[in-house]
Amino acid sequence: MALTLLRGMRTPILARRNSGLFFTTLHPPLSRLTARAESAQATASPKSIQLATKEAAEQKTQGFEAVIGIETHVQLSTVTKAFCSCPYSYGSQPNSTVCPTCMGHPGTLPVLNSKVVECAVKLGLALNCKIAMSSKFDRKQYFYPDLPKGYQISQFDIPIAKEGYLDLDLPVEFGGGHRRFGITRVHMEEDAGKLLHSESGSYSQVDLNRAGVPLLEIVSEPDMRTGIEAAEYGAEIQRLVRYLGVSNGNMQEGSLRCDVNVSVRPIGQSNFGTKVEIKNMNSFSAINRAIDYEISRQILLHKEGQADQIVQETRLWDESSQKTFTMRKKEGLADYRYFPEPDLPEVVLTSDYIDEIHKSMPELPEAKRRRYENMGLSMQDVLFLANDDNVARFFDSTLEHGADAKLAANWIMGDIAAYLKNEKLSIDEIKLTPLELSELIASIKNGTISGKIGKEILIELIAKGGTVKSVIEEKDLVQIADPAAIEAMVDQVLADNPKQLEQYRSGKTKLQGFFAGQVMKASKGKANPVLLNKILGEKLKANS
Amino acid sequence: MPPPLQAQRLLLSQRRLPPSHRRRFTPVSSLPSAPAKTLAPSSSILSIRESLLSGERTAAEITAEYLSRLRRTEPSVRSFIHVADADAEREAEELDRRIASEGQDAVGPLAGVLVGVKDNLCTANMPSTGGSRILDGYRPAYDATAVRRLREAGAIVVGKTNLDEFGMGSTTEGSGFQVTTNPWDDSRVPGGSSGGSASSVSARQCVVSLGSDTGGSVRQPASFCGVVGLKPTYGRVSRFGLMAYASSLDVVGCFGSSVVDTATILSVIAGHDKMDSTSSSHDVRDYKSELVPLDLLESKPLNGMRIGIIQETLGEGVETGVISSIRTAASHLEQLGSVVEEVSLPSFSLGLPAYYILASSEASSNLSRYDGIRYGRQVSADDFNELYGGSRANGLGHEVKMRILMGTYALSAGYYDAYYKRAQQVRTLVKKSFQEALERYDILISPAAPSAAYKIGEKINDPLAMYAGDIMTVNVNLAGLPALVVPCGFVDGGSAGLPVGLQMIGSPFSEGNLLRAGHIFEQTLQNISFVPPLLAES
Repeated sequence: MALTLLRGMRTPILARRNSGLFFTTLHPPLSRLTARAESAQATASPKSIQLATKEAAEQKTQGFEAVIGIETHVQLSTVTKAFCSCPYSYGSQPNSTVCPTCMGHPGTLPVLNSKVVECAVKLGLALNCKIAMSSKFDRKQYFYPDLPKGYQISQFDIPIAKEGYLDLDLPVEFGGGHRRFGITRVHMEEDAGKLLHSESGSYSQVDLNRAGVPLLEIVSEPDMRTGIEAAEYGAEIQRLVRYLGVSNGNMQEGSLRCDVNVSVRPIGQSNFGTKVEIKNMNSFSAINRAIDYEISRQILLHKEGQADQIVQETRLWDESSQKTFTMRKKEGLADYRYFPEPDLPEVVLTSDYIDEIHKSMPELPEAKRRRYENMGLSMQDVLFLANDDNVARFFDSTLEHGADAKLAANWIMGDIAAYLKNEKLSIDEIKLTPLELSELIASIKNGTISGKIGKEILIELIAKGGTVKSVIEEKDLVQIADPAAIEAMVDQVLADNPKQLEQYRSGKTKLQGFFAGQVMKASKGKANPVLLNKILGEKLKANS
Repeated sequence: MPPPLQAQRLLLSQRRLPPSHRRRFTPVSSLPSAPAKTLAPSSSILSIRESLLSGERTAAEITAEYLSRLRRTEPSVRSFIHVADADAEREAEELDRRIASEGQDAVGPLAGVLVGVKDNLCTANMPSTGGSRILDGYRPAYDATAVRRLREAGAIVVGKTNLDEFGMGSTTEGSGFQVTTNPWDDSRVPGGSSGGSASSVSARQCVVSLGSDTGGSVRQPASFCGVVGLKPTYGRVSRFGLMAYASSLDVVGCFGSSVVDTATILSVIAGHDKMDSTSSSHDVRDYKSELVPLDLLESKPLNGMRIGIIQETLGEGVETGVISSIRTAASHLEQLGSVVEEVSLPSFSLGLPAYYILASSEASSNLSRYDGIRYGRQVSADDFNELYGGSRANGLGHEVKMRILMGTYALSAGYYDAYYKRAQQVRTLVKKSFQEALERYDILISPAAPSAAYKIGEKINDPLAMYAGDIMTVNVNLAGLPALVVPCGFVDGGSAGLPVGLQMIGSPFSEGNLLRAGHIFEQTLQNISFVPPLLAES
């Protein structure tokens, strides 16, 4: 890999000199829809495979346990960058959202975007951290072409938030269970640019659009033991940042990046084994698989008496082979020569400021899950509803309009979720309102419409909007619950089908279904099925 | 109204004086009754303003006068890396047109004032190199805030002045482009790092100039060249657009041939800037309006002022001529009504090593951006190390490389506590001892340098001797205080003696007070003029 980069260095000079703009083919921006689907990925794959994987993993880990810690980088969705007023939007033309400051031109100075502090405090509070009333920025120094100043503005010894924890519930299909993982720290820093390597490998180009975009780095305690725990930790961070609105949390775009440290040790040993860092995982499911692979690899080495071959290194997850590969060996600790950033004053907060932010925060996933659980919903329902704050908001709003929790959950997780999945939409993009869903549920409950009609109305409302009432009226869908009207229809059907009635009387009682279908058809599906069957049964018995 | 330049007249009067009087002024026992007798400098900015407003001269004429002097003196002084003479002429004509069509109010208070700008301050559409070959040909996309404010006030940037590469040096010999000479003696250095800014004002190649002061880079060259130099409080002037050397010490400063001119410039460039979070929002005053003209001064204008003369700056290693100049200046200040006492700053000698550690540490980081990748000189290379190493080895000079190495070392794991952290502790100590002294005294005085201008090449191979020359100034940067240097006397050397500057140090944001005292001091100096012999030579 290094060689490719090295060979590349001759040409970019030309590109730079000529235009200062690199025209490079980029992947088309991924739609947010694809991205949104990703959080469900871990739970979406077939249950049987997951269980099998889990059992296999357990077998392999016999006698050993893994210790996993995660560093997560969250790219904040602030309007402007961390230290200059450039906008940032993923997938823009290379070097189109840059200025002298984020390009590291001589004489430029960083000016802190106050939104970054706000986001950091929000996330710090959400992670139950202690917020530093006074923190500072430091410079982390290293040379790389995507790092314009030769240092990254970060926070070293005094992060804005530290010593917190994160609560989550494991998916039911992975055995479920509540977990609490420690958070070591949350700190603010800036992102670097990107190197774009030519296909031939003969040159590389630098795109500085991303340089200076604000990041929060969240460092966990080494509290996780399995791939699924790590993946769920990541998913919960994603949920949090989306709930808080500080980031889109999109892994494909790199708005949420997890670097994982994995080591194994014989059960009972208190010292950690040699840790290996894994990068390049683009989904939570990949995190899960990469970690489980890495754990197996390390345990195998232990069992074969080759534990000394586990060295401190960075490995890359390769999706195509489902394996991790050595990227670079670490020869001792890198010396980043951190020192306090002299261009930025200390970040001093007041308790009023923190209180204001605290008050403005929405209900977070953990609280939501506990609330839903207390409503008597199953853990599967709870996890589904609390997974996406838009869904949760829709659900809560439906309940506020008087709907029954279990019924509302069923509708959202059933027909609505299926529709969203097919149409690749999010719940806030459909025309159905929580009020109408509650009306729909009420209309079924009070017998105005049948459940079947309800489903038809639902699709109509999702696609076109409107009210339950208007659709019912417009399409004349009110359930026929008048026994006399149903009796008339039954009589008519029996009269119209003498042959079948003959057969019924001669013992072919199965034909009751046929008559019921005919009556339903005659009522255009509106006859109350319970009433219909009752009346039909009576008539048939009476006539026999 | 006197013409903007009094060189001719001053030199005539100077020639009439016996040599001994040229180098040693006679302290006044009472104020001169007739101001005409004094050789005190008057404000060039004020006379330009008055001649423009009265229609006596046009901006084009004023510009032509300075440019012709610049063209005559520049071959020997070499103050400028870049002279924007055509731009200056065009801007002057534009000013004249605006005055003609829109009236006098259409132009700013600095209309027609030619300014030299140290080349480590960014100027849009003009080369800005920081004195480094690695930025040869680099043209910034923007003006430094100080430059922008001057331009908005009507000033004309006449060119970019020479400096020690990125401000690292005390002689301007460390420039990647040329060596500037001292207008008082062309075999001597103008001081540094703002040597070109000091020499250009001294040789009247421009009216005023901007410099930067990290460890004395405005004050020492002001002293060497016999001009007024001001290092404002840290944060008083925005650093936006100043190529960073040591961010926690860097200050944009200014030079003038009089205290009034220096005060005028400060009022324009000072103030908060949203582009620099370390710039202060402390009130900016009209410093110039607080300066009382000589003929309106009371007999004891400094009555009630307490002045401390820093003991540690008048001892070993300081030229006797410098010491006697400062002592004479002190007794002059006494005669003006102030109380002068000796004060000891015990941490004074610690400042120099602490300064070199902190400044080098920050420099090692600040200069990382000069990698040849986005701008500036780049070598052709096959790998990253070669690319970085080659571009930096070729583009950066010896002194800069040495400081980057020192700073990298001081910040390295295992050394940080012993060097960087220790130096920060010393800095706190220095700050505290100044603070205590400034509770007892309004102003502290000392030489601006332990010697007058020395010979070109004299210290070039002895960096420690050169560093030691910064002993008078670095403490002030560590403490972030304002300091004004005013020419106060001469020592032997050259054809007409070499100027010595008096450094006056005050509490944070007390520039007004320093300028007031400096102005009174300057205006009451008798029989002494600081126009260099160079200007009489043609």
